[in-house]
Amino acid sequence: MGDGRRMKNAGRLLLLAIVFASVRPALAIPAFARKYGLPCSACHTSWPMLNNFGQTFKDNGYQLGNGRDAPIYQQPEYWPITFRVTPQWHRESNDRVAVDKVAGSASSGQIEASVASSGFDTSSIDILSGGTLANNISFLVQPFISNGSSDLAQTWVRLDNLARTRWLNVKLGKFELDEPISQERNLLLSNTGGSYYNYFFTPPGDRNFVGLGGNPLGLELSGHSENDYTRYSAALLSTFPSHSYSGYANFTQSFELPKLGLQRIGVYGYLGEAPTYSQTSGGAPIPGAGLGNRSFYRAGAYGMWYVGKFDFDTFYLHGQDNVFLGNAVPANQPSALPPGAAGPAWNGGFIEAHYTYNPRLVLIGKYELIRMSRQANPEIRSDLGNLDNWAVGYRWYPIMNPRAGLAWVQEYSRVLNAGAAPLSGRDDANSSLLMGFDFDF
Amino acid sequence: MRRMANKTNLTVAFILLFCGLTSHAQQSHIGHLVGSAKHGKALYQRYCIFCHGSQGDGNGDSAPYLDPKPRDFTKATFKCRSTPSGDLPLDSDLYDTITRGVHASGMPSWRPLLRQDRADLVAYIKTFSPRFQEEPPVAPIQIPSEPPTSPDSVKRGGQLFQSMNCGLCHGKEGRGNGPSAASLTDTRGYPIRPFDLTSGTRLKCGDSDAGIFRDLTTGLDGTPMPSFASALKPDQIWDLVHYVATLRAAAK
Repeated sequence: MGDGRRMKNAGRLLLLAIVFASVRPALAIPAFARKYGLPCSACHTSWPMLNNFGQTFKDNGYQLGNGRDAPIYQQPEYWPITFRVTPQWHRESNDRVAVDKVAGSASSGQIEASVASSGFDTSSIDILSGGTLANNISFLVQPFISNGSSDLAQTWVRLDNLARTRWLNVKLGKFELDEPISQERNLLLSNTGGSYYNYFFTPPGDRNFVGLGGNPLGLELSGHSENDYTRYSAALLSTFPSHSYSGYANFTQSFELPKLGLQRIGVYGYLGEAPTYSQTSGGAPIPGAGLGNRSFYRAGAYGMWYVGKFDFDTFYLHGQDNVFLGNAVPANQPSALPPGAAGPAWNGGFIEAHYTYNPRLVLIGKYELIRMSRQANPEIRSDLGNLDNWAVGYRWYPIMNPRAGLAWVQEYSRVLNAGAAPLSGRDDANSSLLMGFDFDF
Repeated sequence: MRRMANKTNLTVAFILLFCGLTSHAQQSHIGHLVGSAKHGKALYQRYCIFCHGSQGDGNGDSAPYLDPKPRDFTKATFKCRSTPSGDLPLDSDLYDTITRGVHASGMPSWRPLLRQDRADLVAYIKTFSPRFQEEPPVAPIQIPSEPPTSPDSVKRGGQLFQSMNCGLCHGKEGRGNGPSAASLTDTRGYPIRPFDLTSGTRLKCGDSDAGIFRDLTTGLDGTPMPSFASALKPDQIWDLVHYVATLRAAAK
């Protein structure tokens, strides 16, 4: 494998880690607490992570069902707006970066060196507006501002309890998939530890960037039992506006174990197609005019286990892309496939543990891994793309009331990318140290 | 000597009774569930404290903004009970209220909580009032089997609705707009509105016919809604239930 390609992959991994962490919006909405007079801890084990009561509230379309959900019952001055910011100090370190031997001299040749940077930062600013437009019609609008640009993380409207049954709800718009373990409610914030890599992973050389973590456009059908122990969702998505659609489904079942309490298990699957090339105009791809769709899938199982003050999120994923996607080769040019080309396949998972000492203090630990089981191109070394990530941290919530929430956060995380060093092809490690305030109002 | 022995026995019995009552107050018993006040305290602080307050007096941070006001547990006065008026509720009454929520109030249904958690909450709520330590549990009222509804039963119920002056609060047509409606207060002095029986919304203590029979029999303690246990015979209460059911059915 050439140096250029290795560098490209390493750069992509680093970029993805930084991009996902810096723009990752998160959901904890004091606007709901203000509306109902409930504290954060009613819905969140530790915000933004939901407990079963909060999950039920969300699945009910942001409704408590106490006859006070419709906006007509609110004071006229009530405005369902929340914003969240994380002013912080953080340090980022990359063990193997290709740097010029002589700073400023491109002709001096390159060596691998450790590069670190640190400073104060504000993360992105999430703005959330959500609630009910009327009984059984809910909505969410979630713009965010990051690095001077802005975008919509989510915007959707949902018809709840159709035919007077909680098993039939329809959501339309741009929304977070009903992920096995919500990445938007991740307690970790650091650049290398604040995302679930499995949700965004793309194998080396692959051009299919679809994952569980993106917020696609689509239509979601969902339902749940009264106590939310049984829940399902099925979504039709158009991640690529090119006559290609994807389907996602998630099913969760919870049960109570004596002495331990609620346990959750579930299965999910994401099956779809993505274009391998595009119609062009003057040689340039026409946005949205993708062609040569080829298939991909992600599937797996998960569990959320509660043992006293501990809880463990466990997640497994198997992914596979079509050979054309995996080799970034247009489907109308099969001869361009390298000899022995195959659809890349991989397995991944994570375990995240939380120790909730009390609603105001939670300790967090996470280990995540990805292992390639088949490369798209036999020329690619077998472990390129393998990843190990671990993170530890804690969140302390001095303020947690029906008006606002403030947490002090400290965490350290490290990610090891196999074979990603740009020059030597050795393993490359990035690490993040973060401390700061995480607040929303 | 015998006198002394009797005295000792009495003391022991008193201690046992006291310990038993105290222990009962620190626990709840709902079917096979045994709730613990110790565990319930942490749950209360997580879910309930901002409305009901750290002392259980209904003066939590959110209380000023809520209407109706959160329940004051220190008074041990509860609307939804299966026990006679003025008596303490059963543990299962409190459990049912937590599970069901109280419609048209800030109190949601806490059904998503574990059954054990709800039982623990009941145990802790009972610690706010000494009454749960001092008074032994009371037997619930008996609800006789419901006679079939009929036009005659509904007619009799309508007559009782008038003769028992239900309309003073609930209005002639059950719309919650009787002549007394505007001036009603609960026992804490907060204004309270009589239920609009024609609204089609859920009743605070449950919607079943048996539930309405129970509410008419026990009354809703802490509110102006009295018990009709001594004023009406069970058959008459059923007639009233059937009449109320027609008002509610018309709304649907």
